[in-house]
Amino acid sequence: MFPFSFEWIWDMSHVVFMGGLWYALSIIGLGLTYCILKAAVDTSQGKGAGHHH
Amino acid sequence: MDSALIPEGVKRCPLWKFALGIIIVGVVLLWGVYAMFLCWFKGLNQTNMNDAYGFAIWIWADLAVIALGGGAFFTGFLRYIVGKDELKNIINCTIVIGFICYSSALLILAIDIGQPLRGWFIFWHANVHSMLTEVAFCLSCYFAVLTIEYLPLILENRQTDKIPFFHNLSHNLHEVMAVFAATGAFLSFFHQGSLGGVAGVLFGRPFAFREGVLIWPWTFFLFTWSAAAYGPCFSLLVTRIIEKITKKQLVKQNVIELLAKISGWMIATYIVAKIIDTWYWAAVTAPSNGFTLLDFYSGNALYGIWILVLEIVICGIVPACILITEKGRKNKLAFTTAIILGVVGVSLNRWVMVLQVMAVPVLPFESWNLYYPSWQEVATTVLPVAYGIILIMISYRYLPIFPQEKELNPIES
Repeated sequence: MFPFSFEWIWDMSHVVFMGGLWYALSIIGLGLTYCILKAAVDTSQGKGAGHHH
Repeated sequence: MDSALIPEGVKRCPLWKFALGIIIVGVVLLWGVYAMFLCWFKGLNQTNMNDAYGFAIWIWADLAVIALGGGAFFTGFLRYIVGKDELKNIINCTIVIGFICYSSALLILAIDIGQPLRGWFIFWHANVHSMLTEVAFCLSCYFAVLTIEYLPLILENRQTDKIPFFHNLSHNLHEVMAVFAATGAFLSFFHQGSLGGVAGVLFGRPFAFREGVLIWPWTFFLFTWSAAAYGPCFSLLVTRIIEKITKKQLVKQNVIELLAKISGWMIATYIVAKIIDTWYWAAVTAPSNGFTLLDFYSGNALYGIWILVLEIVICGIVPACILITEKGRKNKLAFTTAIILGVVGVSLNRWVMVLQVMAVPVLPFESWNLYYPSWQEVATTVLPVAYGIILIMISYRYLPIFPQEKELNPIES
């Protein structure tokens, strides 16, 4: 639910609950995006190529 | 045939043996899937739930697996936030277990809501006054965290690791894992707590109702505490079972003992808090609502005072005493008994807080509501167990979930 949804009310419950959800999703999303982008950059720079355990 | 996928330097059983195991467990899985589809297509009339029992046995299973999966967030917290570096040798296993537990919990909820296609309503049309909304939010987000924690393990498979992008991605994920682990610990604290809070705020049911701090009843804190305390017992038990089946030592004894010791102290402190909570509830809260302690444990065929003794003494004090002593941890039989009792203890606590709460009569003219699950409920409750076994089998065979395995079990050439 977002503030532009028709059932949204500007009260503490909505701000805390939905704010907490967006906060957690933002950290997860940003963290994952950073890792994927960095991996793409690293790969384009030739890092990890020819790596074998 | 699949040797190219098996991690280097370790030995696995022949493929036919592995496939046979998957097929046997797969039959049980299919039984559960069949029951699940019955519930989805025919509706919740396939269950024995009724007006008195709005929570079926699978809600107990749901709460139990969430508590047992608590080993993942607590071990992650200890490893990445507290800095217990030795736990890196068991954390992969706890992540796989956590992933299984939380995906099972979400699967159970998808069956329980009856209309899984409307599952997203809980996010979009959220009831912000419900503790279960918070549980749904945190559960889904934490499952995303567990998936991210599981991902590097999959990427470290011998074949996927050869692809530079996957190798780099896995490396990067490891680098920022502390951020995900901290987020996971934060989310787990709240959803474990809110599951306890759901029972504690039921002021119309004196068996569950507890007082507390601000909006949080004491059960909020007890649920989080018990998940952190007993969750590692389940991780240790699964590790023990894998070691028994594979006839190998997979984790060094010092790592096992460290986690067991922390778990033991957590259980010890939790059980003291639980005893104080139970005493206050029995002496003050319940009498203020017109009930005595024995009203909750008499007049029916199943729930006697034995269940309270079993939960607190046998499955609480006993494992705590074993795990906090070095002698107890070093004795294999005592150690195994303690972790089994721990797993039973937390599962029993969730049973009491979900199913006994529904069974206890509330009004003077009511009698006990004893509930018997239908076969569809049993099958859908067994389903996550079969799924979990299959995922552990596949993960153990193809992924490096035990980093010390190679060192502890050198292959003779």
